[in-house]
Amino acid sequence: MQGEVAIVGAYESPSRVADGVHPFAIHAECVAGALEDAGLEIGQVDGFATAASFAPEGAREMTVAEVAEYLGIHARWFDGTDIGGGAPLSHAGHAAAAIAAGLAEVVVVSYAAAGRSWPYGSEDYLTYASGPGQWELPYGPTTVATYGLAAQRHMHEFGTTPEQLAKIAVQCRANAAGNEHARFRDPITVDDVLSSPMIASPLHRLDCCVVTDSGAAFVLVSRRRAEHLASRPVYVLGFGEALGQVSMSQMSRFTETAGIDSGRRAFATAGMMPPDIDCAQLYDSFTITVLLALEDLGFCARGEGGGFVDAGSLAPDGVLPINTDGGGLSSNHPGRRGAIATVEAVRQLQGRSPGVQLKDPRTCLVHGVGGSLSATATMVLGT
Amino acid sequence: MSTATRPKPVPLTDGLSREYWDAARDGTLLIQRCAACGAHQFYPRRHCTTCFAPDPDWVAASGRGTLHTFSVVYRSANPEFADDCPYVFAIVELEEGVRMATRIVLADPDELACDAPVRVKWPDGTAADPPLPMFVLEEPET
Repeated sequence: MQGEVAIVGAYESPSRVADGVHPFAIHAECVAGALEDAGLEIGQVDGFATAASFAPEGAREMTVAEVAEYLGIHARWFDGTDIGGGAPLSHAGHAAAAIAAGLAEVVVVSYAAAGRSWPYGSEDYLTYASGPGQWELPYGPTTVATYGLAAQRHMHEFGTTPEQLAKIAVQCRANAAGNEHARFRDPITVDDVLSSPMIASPLHRLDCCVVTDSGAAFVLVSRRRAEHLASRPVYVLGFGEALGQVSMSQMSRFTETAGIDSGRRAFATAGMMPPDIDCAQLYDSFTITVLLALEDLGFCARGEGGGFVDAGSLAPDGVLPINTDGGGLSSNHPGRRGAIATVEAVRQLQGRSPGVQLKDPRTCLVHGVGGSLSATATMVLGT
Repeated sequence: MSTATRPKPVPLTDGLSREYWDAARDGTLLIQRCAACGAHQFYPRRHCTTCFAPDPDWVAASGRGTLHTFSVVYRSANPEFADDCPYVFAIVELEEGVRMATRIVLADPDELACDAPVRVKWPDGTAADPPLPMFVLEEPET
């Protein structure tokens, strides 16, 4: 890995609410934006990756083929890996390997969903209660509740408090203040989080990400090709991914995720350790998702995530500034936020974050968590 | 949403799981035990997840365990579960060492705590088929 491949174009849709727009149209906007940013043309794209298996993503069979068809991309390399929120990070890691192996030269990773406004549900939902799902779905697990299970156990084992989780949401909101496209920009307090309605205990509404109609795309090429482009390349320095569980009964420890493995692999391929990371875009579907990532990735010891947050570590002047655009908690979360988190990492390293621009960061870690703490992908980017 | 009228998901049984759901109709909670290595497991599979030997045996669980973790669901994006709110989605660790997803019923949410003792509670006869095993908090010993 270690910088053989670079991200040379990145684009996030400014849309947050777009009633009546099919997600493939958002894809087209994002791919056009990322290619323009890179100074490349659609005809030069020979690799494409996306995942679109949920209803607001335009769910069909073979969606990577269908989205490529819609865009008019004739890919000789493609990837439709589907692991929820971190999928675009997996796509990026796979693309970097493919480019290094000579299987593709210009790869676009794209994601879009009308997560907020899409009016049609998933008609095959009831069939999910077959196989392993028959022992879980009839009890009514919600996505929020599955993360609530982890938060509850973390509080039980380590004394983590609702206030500590709330501080993560407060920090993301503060970061969103300067981002003109963020879904929510007005400052919030810990009390605001704790007094917002309980959705699935111990998680309140403001412990949960926003739901938007939006998308993002980015372009990867070889280091050699990147050096001939006008944009400032951001190099893929390290990557790792890992599978955990889908059924919550199969989660081995509710205070740990597959992020332990994806993080270790990302740091190993980068030849780095947590102190080498200047800032991070950590998946924030829920506040607990961030807290677990801090521990899984080794930014603090197991059980000490709450104290790490209390110390102000996540602030722009802290030891690990995170989610500098406002994150999924306040800026943008159409579905698989990994694409947007990657775009923000690129913007941050290029000095053009729309939220909080840090002073000359050299490295940014991006961490994606999908499903119900089901699978993770971690990438280290650097200039 | 076109999903507003869809029913709740019910277990879609298959050749292997039929044994579990048939036992559930008789009020018996089945788990699996591997004849080769002795490991218990849940959910049921056609192989042992510890040693990969085929066809684990079915054994009746005691129905006692602890509340490993839980979440009280106050809002559901799935409209078919909205009328159940609030309900307690939970992971119970059976005393045989395996975990299962379930609900805790007949409990005040304030009484719930991780690692609290629980026991299985089958729904009353008029409930949906197949019956879903749920759990209640064990009465504290006096």
